[in-house]
Amino acid sequence: MSEYIPHEHDVLVIGAGGAGLRAAVEASAAGVKVAVITKSLLGKAHTVMAEGGVAAALGNVDDRDNWRVHFADTMRGGQYVNNWRMAELHAREAPARVRELEAWGALFDRTGDGRILQRNFGGHRYPRLAHVGDRTGLEMIRTLQDHGIHLGLDVFMEHTILRLLKDGDRIAGAFGYDRERGRFHLFRAKAVVLATGGIGRAYKITSNSWEYTGDGHALAYHAGASLMDMEFVQFHPTGMIWPPSVRGILVTEGVRGEGGVLRNRLGERFLFHDIPPLYVNQTAASEEEGWRYTQGDKNAKRPPELLTRDHVARCIRREVREGRGSPHGGVFLDIAWIKEKLPNAAEHIRKKLPSMYHQFKQLADIDITAEPMEVGPTTHYMMGGVRVDADSQMSDVPGLFAAGECAAGLHGANRLGGNSLSDLLVFGQRAGEYAARFARECPLPGVDAREVEAAERRALAPFGRSSSENPYSVQHRSQEVMQELVGIVRTEREMVEALERLRELHAAAERAGVDGNREYNNGWHTALDLDNLLAVSEMVARAALERKESRGAHFREDYPSKDEQCGKWNLVVRKGAGGEMEFTRVPIPPLRDELAAILREMQ
Amino acid sequence: MAKATFRIWRGERGRGAFCEYDTEVAPGMVVLDAVHQIQAEQAGDLAVRWNCKAGRCGSCSAEINGMPKLMCMTRLNALALDRPVTIEPMKAFPHVKDLVTDLAWNYAVKRRIPPFQPRKPDAPDGTWRIAQADVDRVQEFRKCIECYLCQDVCHVLREHHLHEQFMGPRFLVYTAALEMHPLDVDDRLAPLKKEFGVGLCNITKCCTKVCPESIAITDNAIIPLKERVVDRFFDPLTKLFRIFGHSET
Repeated sequence: MSEYIPHEHDVLVIGAGGAGLRAAVEASAAGVKVAVITKSLLGKAHTVMAEGGVAAALGNVDDRDNWRVHFADTMRGGQYVNNWRMAELHAREAPARVRELEAWGALFDRTGDGRILQRNFGGHRYPRLAHVGDRTGLEMIRTLQDHGIHLGLDVFMEHTILRLLKDGDRIAGAFGYDRERGRFHLFRAKAVVLATGGIGRAYKITSNSWEYTGDGHALAYHAGASLMDMEFVQFHPTGMIWPPSVRGILVTEGVRGEGGVLRNRLGERFLFHDIPPLYVNQTAASEEEGWRYTQGDKNAKRPPELLTRDHVARCIRREVREGRGSPHGGVFLDIAWIKEKLPNAAEHIRKKLPSMYHQFKQLADIDITAEPMEVGPTTHYMMGGVRVDADSQMSDVPGLFAAGECAAGLHGANRLGGNSLSDLLVFGQRAGEYAARFARECPLPGVDAREVEAAERRALAPFGRSSSENPYSVQHRSQEVMQELVGIVRTEREMVEALERLRELHAAAERAGVDGNREYNNGWHTALDLDNLLAVSEMVARAALERKESRGAHFREDYPSKDEQCGKWNLVVRKGAGGEMEFTRVPIPPLRDELAAILREMQ
Repeated sequence: MAKATFRIWRGERGRGAFCEYDTEVAPGMVVLDAVHQIQAEQAGDLAVRWNCKAGRCGSCSAEINGMPKLMCMTRLNALALDRPVTIEPMKAFPHVKDLVTDLAWNYAVKRRIPPFQPRKPDAPDGTWRIAQADVDRVQEFRKCIECYLCQDVCHVLREHHLHEQFMGPRFLVYTAALEMHPLDVDDRLAPLKKEFGVGLCNITKCCTKVCPESIAITDNAIIPLKERVVDRFFDPLTKLFRIFGHSET
């Protein structure tokens, strides 16, 4: 057996979204040999779908903003279970990372005096998101891609990694296949950076692209790394809900930042009825004040539509459950109403939200400049992931790094909009720098041939089981289980049932068979993704069962309040000696005095 | 629920045939939904490339009833379902399997284009000052999602196969974005004329018609580039100046 194509690099970056590309650029600049592996074509990763902007305290629009306010906002949004060192680094370094993009060709929208314009977003005290209309992610990925292609990176497009390889305790490379021919590849490397994004495809309704099958999470787990915060899955409050085929596609928070409001069937701004204590001091007292905030009035407080995503999503769910929803089971998001306030409102909307205009016109026959949209929650982001050292982004497996969505810590229990794009720049850069440094200091590790052979046998197994279980059907069933039983509102009984059903699905996945050959066989690829999907689904369900309180994105119907004691630890999971998922509560270290003082001051 | 028939090209590396599939259609469905449904229920190994299913990534380009389109943005209610809907891979690139083509040539062309080179920062903190009006023009080009439908429909590539001499509309837009970038100081007119073959485009505007981002490819990118090249290399006065040793404009 064991016919594979060998490759050798200093640093292997798995994933070519923003974090992966930023890491690769940095490692390459440090002078080491870098490979980038991407499941799809270069420039197509999920980063391209990020809309609203990248959060950085540039202070261009409101000079009261600085890294300390950004730090405090991020911690508050994360309900204080964030890795505070990451939150500090992120807030301090994001401005430099954004400016650097401009030096590489990115063109953000401008202020009147020609600097980078910033917009309001949920949970950010001041206008902070640098943006390009509502296609900021595309601008970022294209900038990194076009900068990266001139740096001598080896890019392996449409390659999928199946397994990380180790030499003793340390990382030794990765094993995978190319989609086009179905050939196996052995990537030996001194350091590996995981930048595989999230797990949205574990759910039925999601804003995430097909690639988001939790690969990095599962690869790290099987390699013996610790993961953290797996109970915290963000449901974005506003996804499309009608027609059914577009259900889940994101409607940017930028709509609300530009003055869009949420109403129920009765026409009520229902978010005014329920403002969480942490945010009472920062929320507008009237609709009028909220509008003034969106138009840049520095003395106005933000409208409740711009409260954190977890809260807005739960309020929408409540409106629908209690019979005040829109015809297709969501609520109304109305930006057209601003015509009462602005001359040329229609043109303004098309200019500020071009993709949204286009998306609704084309997919739902709705003109958002004239009528409200129907929206509802959609699975959007994974706060949990590989547990890393804040400064270096290295996991507890030597030589294995993680950055961006597949790493945990920065966002705590809930991520603020705009903090993901800055996350992937700041920590992509750090992961690249430290991975290169690690690689320079050590020799190329060895590879265990038996490990490779076992991975290869497992990968080919679905061909031997023709027409038993349909891999697409196993995937759909698993997505339904997570959607129904481990969604926005959770309860013990349902999660226990979910674990039982996931166990059955795991057995079904072992029987999944495929037809055809190894060349670009989507059925085979789907069968191979099942392992990762089911592993992360189980981790989410078990973690959610373990956290018996409600905090941020994690809401338990049977434990509906926040428990101060539970705010003192993060839930860490790793693979136990017998292959079981082993959970431990790891205490959060006390904040450095300087940072604690910032939080007190900004309460 | 209603059924519709889809004729999908199946085969590998150029060899193949149409296969017909009947599948149920629901309100609001797009072509990619139908392809996924067929894949899940009848043809597990059907090869199709897609990512976001929201018109953002430009992965699911194909020819639907002969028209180059994104499968994820083509609603079934815009097609006549009383006869089969034909879905084929793009024609301007080497075929891989079923609906998937080999796009490597596009990536190779881009790498040959001289990269962005900014002028020195305007402010002591290393930043620039740029007016929104100067950004607008380039932002139109930077909307491009690299679906390569413009390349697919361009007859210079599709029919005449001049891939070695012509970069195609996508990369003319890309080069225009660099040339008109308010910070860029490089000059790409010589390679545009020579190895990238801007002169080969004869402005039939097929590319503009198929662009899912509605970029005015021909009018706003290609024609201005052609004009710049003409001004530089073919204007008789400029030529005269050059002969007598004056600096170029």
